[in-house]
Amino acid sequence: FRERNDDSEDTELRFVTCQSLWNQIKSETEQVQEDLNKQLFDNLVSFLRRSHSEFQEKTTKWTCQVKSREIPTAALVLGVNVTDHDLTFRSLSEVLQDNITPYIALLEAKDCPGIKNLMQKLMGKLMNCYTDVNSLEDEDYVQVSQNRIRCSMTSLINWYENVTKKADSETSSKKRTSSSRHWQSPPVVVIFKDMESFNTKVLQDFIVISSQHIRELPLVLIFGIATSPMIIHSLLPHSVSSLLCIELFQSLSSKEHLSTIIDKLLLTAQFPFKLGEKVLQVLINIFLYHDFSVQNFIKGFQLCVVEHFYSQPLSVLCCQLVDAKKRVNSLSHDQCENIRRLPSFRRYVESEASEKQIALLTADNFLKEIIHKLLEDLHVYHENYVSVLRCLHVFTSSLPKYPLGKQIRELHCACLENRVWETEEYESCLQLARMLNKSDLVTMLQQCVEIFVSSSGKEFGKTIEKLKEFLTQFQKLEAEAFQEQDVSVSSQKELQKKTDLYRLQKTLLELKESRRSKKLTKFEMLRFEVVDYIDSLVRSYLVPADHKTLHEIAYFNTASVLRGHLNAAPRIALHTALNNPYSYLKNQALKSNGGGISNKAPDICVVYKLHLECGRLINLVDWLEAFSTVVNAAEGPDADAASSDQVDDIIHARFIRAVSELELLGFIKPSKQKTDHVARLTWGGC
Amino acid sequence: MSQPEGKGSGALEVKFVPDEQVLKHIADDAGIKVRKDKTQLTASVKRFVKKLENISDDETQDILEEKNYVAALGVCAQDPLGNGSSVSGGEVYSFQTPKCSGRMAELASELAQTPGQSVAPECPEKTAKTPQSSSKEYMLLLLMHVFSLLLQSRKKEFVSTTPYRLRKRLAAPDTYVESESEYSASCSEEEDEEDQKEVITVLSGQKTPAKTKAASTPPPKNTLAKKTKEGKMNNLVEEYFEAHSSSKVLTSDRTLQKLRKRRLNQQTLYDLLKKAPLAYAAEIKELNEQYESLFSKWMLQLHLGFNIVLYGLGSKRDLLEKFRTSVLQDSVHLVVNGYFPSITVRSILNSITEEVLDHIGTFRSPLDQLEFIIKRFKEDSSLELYVLIHNLDSQMLRGERSQQILAQLSSLRSIYLVASIDHINAPLMWDQAKLSLYNWLWYETTTFSPYVEETSYENSLFIQQSGSLALSSLTHVLRSLTPNARGIFRLLARYQLENKDNPSYPGLSFQDFYQQCREAFLVNSDLTLRAQLTEFRDHKLIRTKRGADGVEYLLIPVDDSTLTDFLEKEDEDV
Repeated sequence: FRERNDDSEDTELRFVTCQSLWNQIKSETEQVQEDLNKQLFDNLVSFLRRSHSEFQEKTTKWTCQVKSREIPTAALVLGVNVTDHDLTFRSLSEVLQDNITPYIALLEAKDCPGIKNLMQKLMGKLMNCYTDVNSLEDEDYVQVSQNRIRCSMTSLINWYENVTKKADSETSSKKRTSSSRHWQSPPVVVIFKDMESFNTKVLQDFIVISSQHIRELPLVLIFGIATSPMIIHSLLPHSVSSLLCIELFQSLSSKEHLSTIIDKLLLTAQFPFKLGEKVLQVLINIFLYHDFSVQNFIKGFQLCVVEHFYSQPLSVLCCQLVDAKKRVNSLSHDQCENIRRLPSFRRYVESEASEKQIALLTADNFLKEIIHKLLEDLHVYHENYVSVLRCLHVFTSSLPKYPLGKQIRELHCACLENRVWETEEYESCLQLARMLNKSDLVTMLQQCVEIFVSSSGKEFGKTIEKLKEFLTQFQKLEAEAFQEQDVSVSSQKELQKKTDLYRLQKTLLELKESRRSKKLTKFEMLRFEVVDYIDSLVRSYLVPADHKTLHEIAYFNTASVLRGHLNAAPRIALHTALNNPYSYLKNQALKSNGGGISNKAPDICVVYKLHLECGRLINLVDWLEAFSTVVNAAEGPDADAASSDQVDDIIHARFIRAVSELELLGFIKPSKQKTDHVARLTWGGC
Repeated sequence: MSQPEGKGSGALEVKFVPDEQVLKHIADDAGIKVRKDKTQLTASVKRFVKKLENISDDETQDILEEKNYVAALGVCAQDPLGNGSSVSGGEVYSFQTPKCSGRMAELASELAQTPGQSVAPECPEKTAKTPQSSSKEYMLLLLMHVFSLLLQSRKKEFVSTTPYRLRKRLAAPDTYVESESEYSASCSEEEDEEDQKEVITVLSGQKTPAKTKAASTPPPKNTLAKKTKEGKMNNLVEEYFEAHSSSKVLTSDRTLQKLRKRRLNQQTLYDLLKKAPLAYAAEIKELNEQYESLFSKWMLQLHLGFNIVLYGLGSKRDLLEKFRTSVLQDSVHLVVNGYFPSITVRSILNSITEEVLDHIGTFRSPLDQLEFIIKRFKEDSSLELYVLIHNLDSQMLRGERSQQILAQLSSLRSIYLVASIDHINAPLMWDQAKLSLYNWLWYETTTFSPYVEETSYENSLFIQQSGSLALSSLTHVLRSLTPNARGIFRLLARYQLENKDNPSYPGLSFQDFYQQCREAFLVNSDLTLRAQLTEFRDHKLIRTKRGADGVEYLLIPVDDSTLTDFLEKEDEDV
């Protein structure tokens, strides 16, 4: 099906693993997304229910005349990551379809340049919805909508009445089977996906018109807003916005979204595939500095997966541990050689005894056994790593100034980069941790215990015990502290009796002294102990991944590839090509010898270089002459302007070609200001 | 290289202030016109000195770091490993002062002078011509040399952000300085402290006329620096308008006409270029082979839902063709030549519906058509289509609507898009929404091969340069007309030529023309002349426009030289 060009036999297998892994990851992310949106959607649904019930009331008693012209509206603030909105809206409309109403119309600004188009689109959407619900009978409706029915509010209302009537009769005949989910007259939900980009006139008209008909048509609007809720008021004048009964809904910020995703995807032993530090950094940078789009982050992640499985032949082992062990047994000789070539494995071999080295390098079977062991190690490492990382994060995230970062992803990056305990930030962290107060410390310890209990690692039994021991010790301390408290209180009482200033000072000093020497030692010692213990945990479990043998199997680390594909810089590529052709064409003659490019560079480079010297307008004749000077000098010795006319023509032609290439690239354009001049468009054309 | 080392410690207190100037100098390629405004100079020198005192070491450190950060932002958080393409944003997007045309010639001779050999042949007349400015320039270069050395020794990370042009240029002037020092007394080898200061004043004096990209200067900490920055901003704005207000541009008045160069038409141009050997064919071939090895990867990624866009200098047409012939031979594919001047989105959509989907019938709008295509592709998952678009950024396709449609098309699972872009501003076509629809993977494919096909349709420069097309068509059409009609046209042409010096010449009014034609016995009635003019107009030989007074004016939309040529030829014939 898809050919991969390397020759090893298990490409197929690799592809299958890649595919299955990706599917897993995808379903996981979708799950996460759903969970995150659930809250929001629940709120929305309840809002719609409420608005709907109001409408029900209105149909029965027409008393509240004033209010009846207001359209219930939900303003959905989604954040600037526009690309993610699509997904949210899709799932939203699904949810609504299931729970509230079959009549949903999703409108986008680009479809609705005018009110007529908007109505048309709206009718089409609604009627299609309708036919989707009872798909069989109403062919004629589709016909009608195709034939451009007169799109007006009245026809919409007629349609709605028809539909609800029919639904009523249906429900009575079907004994309320289908409409158990929907109510009698379900509201019509109109979603404006990108409220900001709608024409304001269109929006205003639509709102005014539909507010006239709100009594007959239970309309509910949902605005998708990317910026801030203030936009409604700046888009719509007061007379219009007063027709809306707006309720605000805030979706989760994409940053939180991202950290959940990272939590679920990367900080778990569930997926065998891992991201290297640099790669993760690139992805996060793109997220933070460019688009805030979780969607793009996931796309980048997908690319990493594909790239990893494509470029690393050993990625066949990047799967669940059980499968990996099976696959190790069936490794071919070539693959074994590949393993031997891994730098991390070579390091491992060098650290072994000499006989073992030979065995490792020659006997495949022995190698496989060792690989079994190493893979297990790696797996265990991952399990431990995650829990210890979380534990450390509990400690560091509450420290002032966040020396190791606020988010767990920053901590993760720091740990991946190098030995975290060697960094300055870690030092300051420990120092700060040694100054924590007791209640904080206790709660942190409790959190850590929870983390370790919930983690799947087997080695943490002891750790948990140890931590619990700390906790009990703290409790004991607390009891002691109570007694001391009494003492100090009594001394304080004494103090109040004597009001002599000198005495007061003295006792205070004494008190301080005694506190420092006596009471704090116990607590402090315990605190030191705790911090040291955490430190030891960190040292033993948070070894950066590239110190681990066989980490190449699971980690994807070529960040430059990723950046090139996701966050390319075409301008820079052009610039380098034009300025320094040697970086692409490896010819000695082009090797840049200083003041720019040599005269042997390709024509376009020379022409480009010359045009850099000009201002806003460039005289073609001057340009041509300069060009021919350069070119003649380049050819200098062999063609001494002998066949001048002929050569000239060729140079002229080359010049024309280069110039028109520059025009294609957008550096210049023909100008009418002066004959035979072109205008510079870039980089100083001011 | 050795001499500035010793000076390094002496000039230590100078070193960080010129950061901005260094940047500026970089931004401003090759020597800035130093404007010697006395008052300005002194003022800025004062400021300069004050600033010196104010900026303590750690603060500058901060600034450095910030600058790093800004640079990183500009180049999208550059890879610390640096894969060669580390060019700071300030360099790429720089402003430039308008210069006189002499510079180009100068550079040309400079370039011609440096044939790679170690001993640069000295060009006495050149130095004689510009002794003052060039010596200053080289002094600047020298000074920058010093700074760069300082900076390099100072901090590793800064070096990584030093734009490479600086380093390049710094490596360069050595030979120049040596050759120059013989001519200019002021620029001696052993520059002492005094000299240095002088150079610095030159630098700071030049601060005002020089232009920087405002974004690349970090927000300075102290208020003084802030003030200077504001001043700089003001200057920037002012200079922008200054540069644009003067409609007079300093270029020479020479035109191609005076060059007496034979005008080239498309065909001769093509032939000539064929004769000229393609430079560096071997290297280009190597590059192409490198890219061709990626084909299978592209296929994989296309199938995984990505689309591929190629960028980089050089025509990517051959590469895509190769891709098509080697990989896509057995699958349904559509090639779109975006550079073709009459390509439209509608024609792309039409070819999809008609050729691929075998649908006969028309659509009311491209959007309907798009909907239809999307529906068909979603229904039938066995349908697959590869779309190759050469020059997605061409004139016709770069519009918002076309891009939107293409993006939606490409977001379909079973349509695989491979496109190439060339224009430097091409990425500006896409906003976030479109980018996510396109789901691009970027591949740099710098081929250096000439844009033969792509530029052959581009007519603006060629018509302007050759005009032979118009001439031949003129004669061709005229030859098929009656002698009377030819006479009419000649009359008009001659009249136009007589008035060619009048810039506000509106054309020949119809009544006058009729009068003249009658006098020359060419027509006998108003109607015949009108019929004749209609024929001309149909062949686009003339253009009519109504003046302010409602009178019809006739014009031949051909430039004067062509018209002269034409008349000469006609006279020969007659």
